[in-house]
Amino acid sequence: MSDQLRVNWIRCDAHGLCAELFPERISLDEWGYPIIDPAPISAQLQRHAERAVAQCPVLALHLQRADG
Amino acid sequence: MTTTAHRRPTALPRLLGGLETPDGLATLDRHISYHGALGVHAEPGRPNDVLREVVRASGLGGRGGANFPVARKVDAVVGQRGRPIVLINATEGEPPSRKDHVLLRGAPHLVIDGAIVCAAMVGAREAIVAVEASSQREHAVLDKALAERDSRRTDDRVKISLGIVPDGFVVGEERALINALNGGPGKPTFAPPRPFQKGINGAPTLVQNAETAAQLALIARHGADWFRALGTPAEPGSALVTLTGAVTHPGVYEIPLGTALEDLLAAAGGLSARVQAYLVGGYFGTWLDAADADGLRLSNADLAEHGGGLGARAIVALPATACGLAETARVARYLSDESAGQCGPCVHGLDAIAGGLERIARGDGRALPDIERWLGLVVGRGACRHPDGAAKLIASALDVFADELRRHTIDRKCSGDGTAVLPVPRRAAVRRVT
Repeated sequence: MSDQLRVNWIRCDAHGLCAELFPERISLDEWGYPIIDPAPISAQLQRHAERAVAQCPVLALHLQRADG
Repeated sequence: MTTTAHRRPTALPRLLGGLETPDGLATLDRHISYHGALGVHAEPGRPNDVLREVVRASGLGGRGGANFPVARKVDAVVGQRGRPIVLINATEGEPPSRKDHVLLRGAPHLVIDGAIVCAAMVGAREAIVAVEASSQREHAVLDKALAERDSRRTDDRVKISLGIVPDGFVVGEERALINALNGGPGKPTFAPPRPFQKGINGAPTLVQNAETAAQLALIARHGADWFRALGTPAEPGSALVTLTGAVTHPGVYEIPLGTALEDLLAAAGGLSARVQAYLVGGYFGTWLDAADADGLRLSNADLAEHGGGLGARAIVALPATACGLAETARVARYLSDESAGQCGPCVHGLDAIAGGLERIARGDGRALPDIERWLGLVVGRGACRHPDGAAKLIASALDVFADELRRHTIDRKCSGDGTAVLPVPRRAAVRRVT
């Protein structure tokens, strides 16, 4: 029931910050766009996820609430 | 009104009935004398629940390609606050498909009736029928049909207008269509919001394909049981198919869903050459080996067993003299060019895949492992399903044309004689300029 990371692909410009801030769940493809690991985000990792979302320079990363 | 019994066709044709002559049912008089009056009036602000239940009972799935239950889309719009609006998608960006335009030209009033049925179901006072800019015949027919209705003041509670959108493959995607009609580029937007939440001018929008609208016009007249008398229990009704390639009489056919492919081919006068494979479902569809086509029934359930679906029901019979890989490479390049250019994985991935396929078509197979990786990288990584659809088609080509793939990459030979079968509009890159 954890939150899910979602990318707004229209906004994403492959800055790659998200993968640096949250390597536990985000890697980059060969063009620099994020590949999201759909594994649940534990409470421990939640803060990393939130930081990656907040730091995206084009606000392309979202955390979708489990129930929303 | 006269007492003429109107056609209540128990068999086919339904949608294509009365279209034997070039003008078909283009005039309102001919339309009404053939199909009868619609007898449905939209009440703005008051969804017609009785009609909704009839449509729910009919089990009609959207005919634009996704087969999404119409009643559920209607429910979603009715559940929203605000004045809803109806958008009928009569664009035909899929190069091997002609069904919506054939329908629109021959039976514009059936499509307009369907827009009124949609408006009645959600309680809308406005409906738009969208056609692409280059489809001038369709504009003219629709303009005339709408003017004819205005002059009779038949459906004055629903304002129906013609919406013109840019040409292109992606503009037919419902969010791209709305974006274009709202004055933006004809490109998909990020979801949510979805059209049922915020569509035309921010209003909850019911988007249905032109053929779906025409089906609704007949369901409103004849009822759910009538509709379900054709087709399969899970996929009821008739549907339009565009059949092209190596058949004697290519064209648009109306079939009950679940019809055997052989019967459709027979209706088209049979094959005109030996066929190696069928492209089923258009450019987001899949290739099917001719050997697997034996006994195949044209339903989503049957095609799912082969990893495919009916999509918008464009079917192309590929003659044995063509090269399936070269055909797919051309389509892959077209789909890459037609990307809206908004999402990185689609822009880079489809271009890379098309390039790899072009090299394979020329006999250089070194890109094959890369192509397989790229196919995995584009799926689910775009604002719309464009990369997903393209990847599905290309993956099926690598599977179905596996022998040809070996011939190309190992023997450096091609079985094709250079004939191009699948249509690819030339000016894709030029048309994308908005």
